[in-house]
Amino acid sequence: MAQTALSRQSAVPQPAPLRIPVRDIVPWAVLAAVLGLVLIYFVGAEQGATSLISGSWVHEFTHDGRHLLGFPCH
Amino acid sequence: MASHDATASPAPLMTMRALLVRGMAVGIAGAALALVVAWIYGEPQVGAAISFEEAHADHSGGHEAEVVSRAVQKSLGLVTAVGVYGVAIGGIFAIAFAFAYGRLGALHARATAALVALLGFVAVEGVPFLKYPATPPAVGNPDTIGGRTALYFGMVAIGIATVVGAVVVCRRLAPRVGAWNAVTLSAVAFVLVNAVLFQVTPKPDAVPSGFPAETLWDFRIASLGMQVVLWATLGLLFGWLTERAARK
Repeated sequence: MAQTALSRQSAVPQPAPLRIPVRDIVPWAVLAAVLGLVLIYFVGAEQGATSLISGSWVHEFTHDGRHLLGFPCH
Repeated sequence: MASHDATASPAPLMTMRALLVRGMAVGIAGAALALVVAWIYGEPQVGAAISFEEAHADHSGGHEAEVVSRAVQKSLGLVTAVGVYGVAIGGIFAIAFAFAYGRLGALHARATAALVALLGFVAVEGVPFLKYPATPPAVGNPDTIGGRTALYFGMVAIGIATVVGAVVVCRRLAPRVGAWNAVTLSAVAFVLVNAVLFQVTPKPDAVPSGFPAETLWDFRIASLGMQVVLWATLGLLFGWLTERAARK
């Protein structure tokens, strides 16, 4: 068993150069995911299925982008 | 050559800051190119669909007051929507790249970026598009917008989950069955799982009778084309810039 582990290690000498440690990525990932999702929500869905801001200005302003980016619009 | 890279220079050539800034900038570049596609191929179809809608909205009389004019919707509104979308997708792409780089076999920056973009396109656009394709104005019943929106975002979530699942399975299988077999098996499993999910999810889309099929087809191809251009820019330009930065 130790042998197979050893041979596997030598068969794959180095997978790839310098990875970024996961613990360095996670805080950025959380921030980017949250901000990105909020942005995508406002472009894609606000004043459609759900409304945080009253009226229809956001919906009408992003209307063409919504249709063309593939979001259900109305 | 490769072993030299691994042992030499432990200095971090790649910081999260640099990757995020690059991702968002490339996202804007991709959005700019997608806008060109939108104006040439997409807007004529949106216009045709709106004409159809107006010609068939004879009942109940009286047009709803225009909150935003068509001119603004086509220009500033479209630029804002696609631009914001590009920045958001670009930032998230950079995070996905950071996770993937150095963890997908021996792939270097350019190949990693291209692969992450391809997988991202399949997850975020490919899977949802196949089940719930983009619809022009006049297609889709306004009364079902809540359900359709939930189904659409649900399908995006399924796309992301099944692509991530396929990558995890592929990495597990690769040491046992080899890279080619691992990729083949996980790709087949991915297709089968999605084929089943497509079959069991509802399809509330309603194309009004008489809506020109040509307009619907051309609109959907334009929408797909915008996404192809956006994701291709992310994959190729981000990879090229990252490779160049790493070589310095």
